[in-house]
Parts: sequence; C-alpha cells; structure tokens
Amino acid sequence: MSSIANPSYRKRPLYHATLLASMGLFASFIMVLGNIATREDINLRIKEDMQASLEQVIPSTLHDNDLFEDTFTFTTKIKLSQTEQVKVYRAREKNKIMAIAFESSAVGYSGDIKVIMGVNMKGELLGVRVISHAETPGLGDKIEIKKNDWITKFTGLSRLNPPPEKWKVKKDGGYFDQFTGATITPRAVVKAVHKGLIFFSEIKQKNTFETNIADSKEISDENISK
Amino acid sequence: MTNTQENSITYLRITRDGIWDNNVVLSQMLALCPLLAVTSTATNGLGMGLATTFVLIISNLVIALFRDIITSEVRIPIFVLIIAGVVTIVDMTMNAWMHDLYKVLGLFIPLIVTNCAILGRAESFASKNNIKLSVFDGLMMGIGFLLVLVILGGFREILGSGTLFSNAPLLLGESFSFLETTLIPEYRGFLIMIMPPGGFLALGFILAAKRRFDKAVENKKILSEKQFAENITAIKT
Repeated sequence: MSSIANPSYRKRPLYHATLLASMGLFASFIMVLGNIATREDINLRIKEDMQASLEQVIPSTLHDNDLFEDTFTFTTKIKLSQTEQVKVYRAREKNKIMAIAFESSAVGYSGDIKVIMGVNMKGELLGVRVISHAETPGLGDKIEIKKNDWITKFTGLSRLNPPPEKWKVKKDGGYFDQFTGATITPRAVVKAVHKGLIFFSEIKQKNTFETNIADSKEISDENISK
Repeated sequence: MTNTQENSITYLRITRDGIWDNNVVLSQMLALCPLLAVTSTATNGLGMGLATTFVLIISNLVIALFRDIITSEVRIPIFVLIIAGVVTIVDMTMNAWMHDLYKVLGLFIPLIVTNCAILGRAESFASKNNIKLSVFDGLMMGIGFLLVLVILGGFREILGSGTLFSNAPLLLGESFSFLETTLIPEYRGFLIMIMPPGGFLALGFILAAKRRFDKAVENKKILSEKQFAENITAIKT
C-alpha cells in the first residue's frame, strides 16, 4: 500500500520497460493456456453449427456421406461473398452426387445477410436458411425460420422458375412477397438466392461436381495450377 | 490515502457504493455502450452482466495482486493489458462451453474491453486496496451493473415484445425454463423499445426515478433535522 518503500530503481525507464514486457509475457502466457484449453471445443462448435444449418437445407434422407467433410472450392466472378472462393458442400448417396450446398449473401437493410442454400442436380432449391443478419427485430427478422415460414417458399424453385425477370419481390413486379414495413430485407434475400442459382448453373456448365477427389485441398491445388 | 480513510472502507460501504450510491450506470454514468446495445431482453442483460462481473472480479484481483510493483507511469497500459487478457479468456470460454449464448452476445463480449467501468475500478480502487477488498469491490460493482442491465432489459422486453426472460434456458440451462414467461399474449410489440432508441428512453426513465428517490430521501433527512432543531429551540424557550 502507500506505506511501501519507493526505491529509486522504480523511477528508471528500464524498470518500466521490464515491467511492461513481463506483464505482456504474463498475459500472453495465460491466453495461450486459454487457447489450448478451448481450441478443440470451439472448432467442434463451429462444425456443429455448420452441420445443423446444412441439415436444414439438404434433407438427411438424401445422402449418406458427411457433407461437412466432402467439400471443394470453386472460384467464381459472381459476388456471393467478399471473396471469389466459394466452398461447396457435396451430398452423395452411394458416391453419386445428389445435391450441393453453399453460402450466398447480399446487402440488406443493415449489413450483409448470409444465407445457406441446398440445390439438387436439376437446379431446384431444396431449402434456404438465413445464417446471419442484422435486420430490424420485428420487421426484417421475419426471414428467420423461427419467426416466419417465408423462407420456405423458395423450396422447389429454380433459376428459370419463376423466370429471371420475376426473381424480385412483388413491389418490384416480381414473384416474391415482401413484409409490411420491410421491403429491402426480402429483396436482398431474393437477390442472394438468385445469385446462388446463377452460380449453380456456372458450376454445372463447367461440370466440376464429379471431380472425385473428396479432399478439398487437392482440388484447390488443382485450381491454382490451372 | 491515510490509514484512517482506509479503515473507513468497510464491506458495507463497498456494497452500498456498488449497488446504489456509486452504481456504475446510475451514478457514474459509465458503460452505457454495452448497456444500451445488449438490453433488448432481460436474459441478454443477465448474460452480459455475469460476463462483466466476472471480468471485473478477475481484473481487480490481478491488479490488486500486482499493485505494489506497478508504477504510476505505466499503470494504464498494464491495466488495459490485464483487462484485455481476461476478456479474451472469457470470450474463448463462452465460445467453447456456452455456445448458444455466445451466438447472442458474441459481438459484445470483446467490447467489455472498452467498458470504461472496469478500467475505472482498476484505477480508483484495485490499484490502492488489498486483494480481498478489491475482489469484493469487483463483485459489488458487477452486481450493481448486472441489476441495472436486467432491470433495463426486462423493462424493454416487456414493453417491446411482451415477454420476460425469453431464451433464459440458453443461458442458465434447461432447469431454468420456468423463468421464460409471456406476460402479454398476442402482443404486437412496441418495436421502438427493442431498438436502440428504446434503450435511451428506458435508461432516461430509470435515471430520473433514481434521482427522484435520492432527492426524496435527502429532503426527508433535512426535514427531520429541521424538526429536531425546532424541537430543541422549543424546549429551550
């Protein structure tokens, strides 16, 4: 406390430097321990989250493999996210690809709305779910399956059904309902899904599904060498 | 700080300071950013309050532990370092073992670092007092903050969505699902209360109520003193 002796070495810059450095070392040491203790569980939680949302867009009856492990990366000019690399999850039954799932996004009323979508080989949507958004609670958050079944209306649709000029909300002369008081949010979701379907036909054209390499690393290496 | 002053710091004093007299929000007006951001429901407030309390206790403990070797010239960077370290640990722990709650509060946990109330306690209390008192101060300040968070969250949740403690099982486990109540069924919601402006409104009302209460107590005191003085003069004459 205040009665502590205050020796002169405490006034030297070197003391301060050493003090700061050792405190930094101490703090980093604790954080390393924390990281080691939690790392595995955090990775597990992330995997569980992803598996849960994958299961919602591709019914588990459709495949017998682990989607999370069976992925490849596809490079596209279509702006699905910040990067051009899109990670695609493959659902196979008896080694035949039945459907794929991937993430797409569009700018909503406040920030990006991220969706995950499952598409079968005919290009029909198996399901769409919103993964993350920051829309207004009570207005824009009806895109969540918990709040409203609006998002399920996408199931069964494809790039040309409804026709491209109808891939809009009703207010813009399109096919999809908007919510009272929120047009921007559903408009963004419709856009994200439509972009995803265009992306699907791009992969289909290049026919890169059946590259039978389960390991995503090898494929991305291939892409680089091309 | 002299010895007599130190002796006057009793646990009762710390408790009163933390919860009412010197409450982080109601009196010091600190930590308003996390306060307004998370209190859309009582459960979120509770979660944020618990995390902040934990960080306050640990950072006060560590700072009190090192108070004799920390010099005043470099104290602020060291405090910040310690607080940031504790918050990082809390962030990782919640992500690993309270993942559902983390998904709700995740964005705000790293922001505890910027909660000036924690640096404030480190500077004004933990760096001058022993470990026991500092930990107790951290606990009481944390509880004071937690109470305001829960009250504000509950107030906004009832008006905004007609429920109270929704999603409580996410935070406390399934055994606490009884806390989850719908107070107003079929309620259309008073949207502004859930959005940030509602936070400001609710906080304003709570602050006004506290001021008013304190004033009433003070007036009563003055009044009784006056009466006492009058009685004395009456007796004298």
